[in-house]
Amino acid sequence: MSDALLKIEHLTRYFDVSKPWLNRVLEREEKQFLTAVADVSFEIKRGETFALVGESGSGKSTIAKMVVGLLGASGGTIEFDGHRMTGTAGAEMRDLRRRFQMIFQDPFASLNPRWRVGDIIAEPIHTFGLLKGADVSNRVGELLDTVGLSARDAEKFPHEFSGGQRQRIAIARALSSKPEFIVCDEPTSALDVSVQAQILNLMKDLQDEMGLTYLFISHDLSVVRHMANRIGVLYLGRLVEVADGKRLFTDPQHPYTRMLLDAVPDLALSGRRRKPVEGEIPNPINPPPGCAFHPRCPLAMPRCKVDAPVPVQTATGYAACFALETQTA
Amino acid sequence: MTDALLSVRNLRVEFPTRRGILTAIDDVSFDIMPGEVLGVVGESGAGKSLTGAAIIGLLEPPGRIAGGEILLKGQRIDDLDAESMRRIRGKRIGMVFQDPLTSLNPLYTVAQQLIETIRTHADLSEAEARARAIALLDRVGIPAAARRIDDYPHHFSGGMRQRVVIALALCAEPELVIADEPTTALDVSVQSQIIDLIKEICAERGAAVMLITHDMGVIAETADRVAVLYAGRLAEIGPVREVITAAEHPYTAGLMGSIPTLTQDNARLVQIPGAMPRLNAIPQGCAFNPRCERAFDRCFRDRPDPIDRGDGRKVACWLYDAAGVAAKEKADV
Ligand SMILES: Nc1ncnc2c1ncn2[C@@H]1O[C@H](COP(=O)(O)OP(=O)(O)OP(=O)(O)O)[C@@H](O)[C@H]1O
Ligand SMILES: Nc1ncnc2c1ncn2[C@@H]1O[C@H](COP(=O)(O)OP(=O)(O)O)[C@@H](O)[C@H]1O
Ligand code: SF4
Ligand code: SF4
Ligand SMILES: [Mg+2]
Ligand SMILES: [Mg+2]
Repeated sequence: MSDALLKIEHLTRYFDVSKPWLNRVLEREEKQFLTAVADVSFEIKRGETFALVGESGSGKSTIAKMVVGLLGASGGTIEFDGHRMTGTAGAEMRDLRRRFQMIFQDPFASLNPRWRVGDIIAEPIHTFGLLKGADVSNRVGELLDTVGLSARDAEKFPHEFSGGQRQRIAIARALSSKPEFIVCDEPTSALDVSVQAQILNLMKDLQDEMGLTYLFISHDLSVVRHMANRIGVLYLGRLVEVADGKRLFTDPQHPYTRMLLDAVPDLALSGRRRKPVEGEIPNPINPPPGCAFHPRCPLAMPRCKVDAPVPVQTATGYAACFALETQTA
Repeated sequence: MTDALLSVRNLRVEFPTRRGILTAIDDVSFDIMPGEVLGVVGESGAGKSLTGAAIIGLLEPPGRIAGGEILLKGQRIDDLDAESMRRIRGKRIGMVFQDPLTSLNPLYTVAQQLIETIRTHADLSEAEARARAIALLDRVGIPAAARRIDDYPHHFSGGMRQRVVIALALCAEPELVIADEPTTALDVSVQSQIIDLIKEICAERGAAVMLITHDMGVIAETADRVAVLYAGRLAEIGPVREVITAAEHPYTAGLMGSIPTLTQDNARLVQIPGAMPRLNAIPQGCAFNPRCERAFDRCFRDRPDPIDRGDGRKVACWLYDAAGVAAKEKADV
C-alpha cells in the first residue's frame, strides 16, 4: 500500500488547434495538435502540499482541470485514493467527486455574480445531498466564519466583496463538501501581496486543522517554496524535475529549474549575480525536438536535439536531463 | 532641490462622480534626479498608474489634476496645452506600458512606427532613421533586427514586443522613461531580461526611469530609490536598500513581511489585516489606521505629512513625529 492520495501516471493531453476544415483544404495544411501535457507522472501523499510550478502555457491549468475532471485526458491515468478516475461512474464516482474540489485563479470569474454568497457556498452541499433545510444555512454560516468572513455575508452578492474576500468565498465553497483534496490553480495570483499573505496563511491553517491535501499551482517560485512539501517543475507540458520543497531551491538539478531560480528578483538584496536568462518559451505547437529545452539550455549537447531525456533519480526526486545521466554514469 | 529632472509637488488627482469627488492621488510629492531609477510601488489601486498618467498628461477624463505642480527641469508641464504635451511625451519623456500592444499600432510594421517616431523628433532622412531604428532594435535584443524590422507587431512574442516598445520609447532619446508595470504581463524568465534591459539601456543613455510596479523584488534589483504609495498617498520614500531592509512606515514593514522570499523560512507570513480602503471610504487621519497595529489616538484625528528622516528618507507616519513619539511613549508606559 502506498500512502499516495493522488497518483498520476503518463498523463497526456492534446488539443486540436487546426484551422477550420475548409481553410485547411485550401491552404493545404495538415491537422495541427498542441501537446499541452506530455507524459506527466507524480504522486501526492495524503496531507502534503504538492506544487506545480511553471511559466505561462506550461500545462499547469490543463493538469488541474484533468485532475478534477473538468477536462478529459488524451492518455495516462489518474488514481484518487486507489480508484481509477477514468472508467469509474455512477454512485462511486459521485462519492469520489465530493472528496475533491478546486479553487481557481480569478475570484471574479469563478463566482456566479447573480447568486448570493450563501447559495454559492451551499451549491456543493446540494449537489452531493449532504444536508437539508436549516442545517444548510448553519453550515454556510460556519464556513464563512472559518474563512474569516461573517455569517451575515451569506445574503450579499460577490460584487460587494474585494478580491481577497472573494477568494475566501471560493475557499468556503470548496470546503463545503468536506473534501480531502483541493486543487488550487494560482489561488493568489490575482491578489495583492498583503492579501496573498492572508490567503496563504488561511490555506495553511485549514490544512493543519482539516488534514487537507493540496495540489498547489503557481508561477511564483517564492510562493511555491513557502507552501509546498514537494514541487514539480513544468516546461512546455513536460515535468522536468520533481524534488522536496526546500531541496529544489538549495540544489536544483535540471538546467531549466536553475534558470527559473536565477530569474527571480533578489528581494533579499544579497547581491547575488544572476546569470542572464536565455530566450523565450518556444511555440508549443511545434516544440523543439529531443529535449524541448535545448535551444535555451547552457548544457545542451548534440544528443539533446534528437532524443528526449527520461527522468533519472535525484537526491529527493527525479529530473529529466541527459547532463544528469552523464554525471551519475 | 532645484537640480531635479522631474519634480512632482503636492499632486492631487480627482474624479468627479455623481456621488461626489473621489480623490485618487492626494498630496503626493517626489523628485526624480537625472539618470536615477525611482521605483514606485504599491498595491493595486494605490495610485501608481494615475501618478504616471498625470505626469505625461494622459489622465482619462473626467480624471483631472486638481492641485499641485509637475515640473520637468524646473518648467511646469502640468498646465501645457495638448499639443505641447504631446511633443514632450514623444521627445523628452518615453513610455513603456504593461501591455506592449497599447504602444504599438497593429496596422504598421515596426519599421514604420520607429522611423516615424525618430523622424518627428530628429532631422534625419528616411534611410538614416531606418539605420538608427535597426541599431536600436539590435540593442534591445531583437535577433536579425535588419530583417525583423519589417514585421508587424503581432509577429513578435510578448517579450520581443516589449523590447520593441522599449526601442520606441527610447528612440527620441528622452530624459525620462516612465515604465508602468513593464514586465507584469510577461513570463517569469522573460521578466528579468526586460528589467535588465531597461536598467542597462537607460543607464547607457543617461535617461532617468520611473519604474511603476507592484513587485518589490523588481524594485529591489532595479531602483535607486523607492516611493511607496498607499491609498493615493505617499507612505514612505527613500533609498531602496534602506526602505527594503529597514522599512519605517508600518505599512511598508508589513508589506515586506508579507512577501514570501527564496531565503527566509517562516511558517506564517506577516499578515496585515483587512485591505486598502476604496477611494470613497478613506478614513480620517492616517489612511492606514484601520490596519495599523501601532495606531494611536492622533492617527485617527490628523493626517501625517511625510516627515524628513535624513539621508533622503521621508515617512508619513506619526510615530516619527517628535510629538508623536513622545505621545506614544507616554501611552506605552
Ligand atoms: N482548450 C484549449 N485549446 C487549445 N489549446 C489549449 C487549450 N487549453 C490550453 N491550451 C494550450 O495548452 C498549453 C497549456 O495551457 P495551460 O492553460 O495548462 O497552461 P498554464 O500552465 O496553466 O499557463 P498559465 O500560467 O498561463 O495559466 C498552452 O499552450 C495553451 O495555449
Ligand atoms: N477612470 C477612473 N474613474 C474613477 N476612479 C478611477 C479611474 N481610474 C482610476 N481610478 C481609481 O484611482 C485609484 C488609483 O488607480 P491606479 O493609479 O490605476 O492604481 P494602480 O496603478 O496603483 O493600481 C484606484 O482606486 C482606481 O479605482
Ligand atoms: S537534456 Fe540536454 S538540453 Fe535538455 S536540459 Fe538536459 S542538457 Fe539541457
Ligand atoms: S500614522 Fe499611525 S496609523 Fe498611520 S502608519 Fe503611523 S502609526 Fe500607523
Ligand atoms: Mg493556468
Ligand atoms: Mg496600474
